[in-house]
Amino acid sequence: MSLGTTFLGLLEGHPQHGYDLKRAYDEHFATKRPLAYGQVYATLSRLLKNGLVEVEAIEPGAGPERKRYTVTDAGITDVEQWLTRPENPEPYLQSALYTKVILALLTGRPAEQVLDVQRAEHLRRMREFTRRKSQGDLAEQLICDHALFHLEADLRWLELTAARLNDLAGELAS
Amino acid sequence: MRTGLTDRRTDPGRLPSEPLLTASGLRRSFGRTSALVDASLSLHPGEIVAVMGPSGSGKSTLLHCLAGLVRPDEGRIDYAGTDLTQASDTELSTLRRTEFGFLFQFGQLVPELTCVENVALPLRLGGTPRRRAERTALRWLERLDVADVARKSPGTCSGGQNQRVAAARALVTSPRVVFADEPTGALDSLNGERVIRMLTDTARENGAAVVLVTHEPRVAAYADREVVVRDGRTRDLGGLG
Repeated sequence: MSLGTTFLGLLEGHPQHGYDLKRAYDEHFATKRPLAYGQVYATLSRLLKNGLVEVEAIEPGAGPERKRYTVTDAGITDVEQWLTRPENPEPYLQSALYTKVILALLTGRPAEQVLDVQRAEHLRRMREFTRRKSQGDLAEQLICDHALFHLEADLRWLELTAARLNDLAGELAS
Repeated sequence: MRTGLTDRRTDPGRLPSEPLLTASGLRRSFGRTSALVDASLSLHPGEIVAVMGPSGSGKSTLLHCLAGLVRPDEGRIDYAGTDLTQASDTELSTLRRTEFGFLFQFGQLVPELTCVENVALPLRLGGTPRRRAERTALRWLERLDVADVARKSPGTCSGGQNQRVAAARALVTSPRVVFADEPTGALDSLNGERVIRMLTDTARENGAAVVLVTHEPRVAAYADREVVVRDGRTRDLGGLG
């Protein structure tokens, strides 16, 4: 999962300070521990260097000056490409997919399409394993079955998430 | 009617450009319940398409419409140059008997008949003499690896064996399209796998197209491509990857 791309998506709604971005990220995506400040500013600095964000304003505060960041057109393209590109079907890809779904909903993009793109990719891989299995010996069949059952579990999660998109959008809006 | 074990093998990666069956804008309600809102699907000769979707999404209604079992309220279904929505009941009945094969989840074999008589039944209904029909039926049972239950009654066979007998019956007339609705739904993983592998292998060897309704991704992975139905609307996810 790309922290940078997630920041770009969060900035699409409106320009934000690093602190606000961290809070938004922690609220929607941090399942285990909150994001470290060092990671937030290192990521923003990289995005700035790559022209994906710009500093919209520098505001004086009680402590150091606060920079308000805004996403550039190149940054928005980056988000678009990430959301429409399927993830490589691997174990534990849910965190990336979950982030994509939430980000799509937050930015008003069709989250169902994110799930469909991924679903097509999973089924493509399942067809590959099914073909391999039909040509292989028993050992090969067992190896393929293991992969197939895992891919199937992912697909069931995708289907369930698709069925819950409206509820999810409602929760995010509240 | 074609009754032989013809070989119309089709490479799923190189499908003929003209679809055999095309449905568009299908709408069908049952009372106040809308089963199909806007469903479309195309099927090429020899192609295996999985129709997936949650329970109640409309996938079985779509299959029933495509097979001429249910008439849609709106929309068009072209099969080999004929609009099925305008065909008479007699025409549809003939089409189902000669061009289509059917495989359902369960309850499809006649319990009073032996397995070979069940498989021979579509041929007998088409006028084939009993001996010839049963000879052909036996060859199909051999092909589906259930020749050993030919003279048994379905009631004495396992679920997996019965489903393979039903698959033989679906294929015995060498149909151009097999409609399969959750054919592995009542079977365990191993038997389900065996049935779907034999069905798809045999259909491919015979050049038959298959519309395969399933909620199981591992079953859908035997198809060339998948169409998802949600709330009565189809979404084509492509395939052939």
